[in-house]
Amino acid sequence: MSPSLLEIEGLKTYFFTKAGVVRAVDDVSFTVARGEVLGLVGESGSGKSMTGYSIMGLIDPPGRVVAGRVRLQGRDLLTMGAEDLRQLRGNRIAMIFQDPMMTLNPVLRIDAQMIEAILAHRKVGRTAAREQARAALAKVGIPSPDERLVAYPHQFSGGMRQRVAIAIALLNNPDLIIADEPTTALDVTIQGQILFEMQKLTRETGAAMIWITHDLSVIAGLADRVCVMYAGRIVEQGGVFDVLAQPRHPYTQGLLDSVPSRSARGARLKQIPGMAPSVLDLPPGCAFRERCGYATPACGAMPGMRPAGNVDGGQAVRCHHPLETEARR
Amino acid sequence: MSAAVGPPSGGVPRPAEAGPTTAAPLVELRGASKRFVKSLDLSARIGNLLGADVREEIVHAVDRVDLHIHPGEVVGLVGESGCGKSTLGRLAVGLLPLTEGVRCWNGVPLAELGPEAARRQQLKMQMIFQDPYASLNPRMRVVDIVGEAPVAHRMIPASTRTEYVGLQLNRVGLDPTLMRRFPHQFSGGQRARIGIARALAVKPEFLVCDESVAALDVSIQAQVLNLFMELKAALNLTYLFISHDLGVVEHISDRVVIMYLGRVVESGSTAELFAAPGHPYTQALLAEVGKVVPEKRTYVPIKGEIPSPLAPPPGCHFHPRCPHAMARCREVAPALKKIAPGRYSACHLNDGGAP
Repeated sequence: MSPSLLEIEGLKTYFFTKAGVVRAVDDVSFTVARGEVLGLVGESGSGKSMTGYSIMGLIDPPGRVVAGRVRLQGRDLLTMGAEDLRQLRGNRIAMIFQDPMMTLNPVLRIDAQMIEAILAHRKVGRTAAREQARAALAKVGIPSPDERLVAYPHQFSGGMRQRVAIAIALLNNPDLIIADEPTTALDVTIQGQILFEMQKLTRETGAAMIWITHDLSVIAGLADRVCVMYAGRIVEQGGVFDVLAQPRHPYTQGLLDSVPSRSARGARLKQIPGMAPSVLDLPPGCAFRERCGYATPACGAMPGMRPAGNVDGGQAVRCHHPLETEARR
Repeated sequence: MSAAVGPPSGGVPRPAEAGPTTAAPLVELRGASKRFVKSLDLSARIGNLLGADVREEIVHAVDRVDLHIHPGEVVGLVGESGCGKSTLGRLAVGLLPLTEGVRCWNGVPLAELGPEAARRQQLKMQMIFQDPYASLNPRMRVVDIVGEAPVAHRMIPASTRTEYVGLQLNRVGLDPTLMRRFPHQFSGGQRARIGIARALAVKPEFLVCDESVAALDVSIQAQVLNLFMELKAALNLTYLFISHDLGVVEHISDRVVIMYLGRVVESGSTAELFAAPGHPYTQALLAEVGKVVPEKRTYVPIKGEIPSPLAPPPGCHFHPRCPHAMARCREVAPALKKIAPGRYSACHLNDGGAP
């Protein structure tokens, strides 16, 4: 196995609000290998985006990373100085956001924004930087890149805007790309185009990717490994085949059962009762136990991550009663 | 001429396409068109008087579409953003007036009804909107949101409003003791339920659900979809279910209508259409449906984007993106034709043209 590119250990990101402490990310650990695509799945409020923001050092007050280690190629990003971190961000790690209109500056032309990103990290001439920007636009499938370079973000469609955001993320050949729901706002045919480009680009450049999404079907087709998050914690992780075909956590199972295309047409969907708990002052113990059909008094204590299922493949689950093969049906 | 099976604009109504039953459809649109026109302002009109040829900008949001929905049927309306599916839904429910065409309820054109009868008919049709944040008045309590319409329409006396709202909330799985609360005090899934309760409070027979589960998390979406199916069985409802999510549509619909840039390109029973999509656009859409099957997919994208409805391409609207486009597709818009019992498709390939 290739050495890990990114190691996250015991990451805790809390928000200290007037109403209490929000444990948005609570004791999250995972690794990403070189060239690997890791899917980070969860529903809204599960902490998946906050995990991505914590890696990038983008947590704003009242939020704070209170514990943990985030190591990129052995260097801890959390203890690093602001200037060192700035050198890494947009260079070795890049992030793609859900809404490209928020990441692109509406009053600057595309070329200005792209050249700035290159010049911030490399000593090249303006002409050379411009040429690289043009090549990056062509690489993500934007037609007539010369004309598009001098356009403003509002002149692009949603899909094209997201391609520009991807092109900017790829400018400096990052080792790691964090993609936060980059296709959620797009139409299905456009989503297919973006997924196609991302798959091709990561294959070509060998960049690793953390793909944050709520859409299990995207994860199924794209990711190598998957981490399922619930109420700020990872509840299951493993190879994408193991987790989606033989989930061991009742929540993962419930999530998969909720997908309409997996049940017979018109049949009642197996739903998870209730709704996700607020991560504000979460009671101790397993956060899922209120909605779980397997819960026992033992679930009042927080279960640790433990191997389950395909142990050799790294499948692990945070549950006192991991599903056995029989219980899956 | 462009498009569909309907008669030329505003013509004599023609018998409906053979549906699953022979009875009159509950809701029917014949040759329905909706055009949004940006009228000329004063300066443009003066300019035109002086000889400048300034034209109005016209968006053909819905272009001569026939739609019929039988009692108890769930029709899924699918398309990408900007294809006119929401506009068609609003035409069907009567929120927007038709530019052209006829709208019928149980075979009776609604335009021929008197105002009082039309108002009573209108109550039979309700809409559930996508965004439960935007479609609920943030300054009204749930009891007012749900109870306002039935009182205003004298379906219940104002004195029984609280009990009535309690029953409505119970039916959609909300705790009636929460009825004094405001919308912001509820989660997304609960807000979707409030929207459903509001629509059902006036005892409709026909519901247009416009992306009603799109904003919800998958586990909450499953709960709301189950609620839709329970309510359909309990209250004998008919749905027009508008969605871009093919997985959801496949699950809930009996029949599916696919739209592209204001026109219907294909329709048919869900099982048949998903098993063997006929139109190249439907094929492309279905190819992108994510199945949660863990296998590495190689994404093969369909090229291009939806063209602007301000200047749609001539001929078949899909031809610039179609892998099978021929010379004829660039000139003549294919008519929506019956290709099998209950199956309609608008594509020149159906005429035996070489692919």
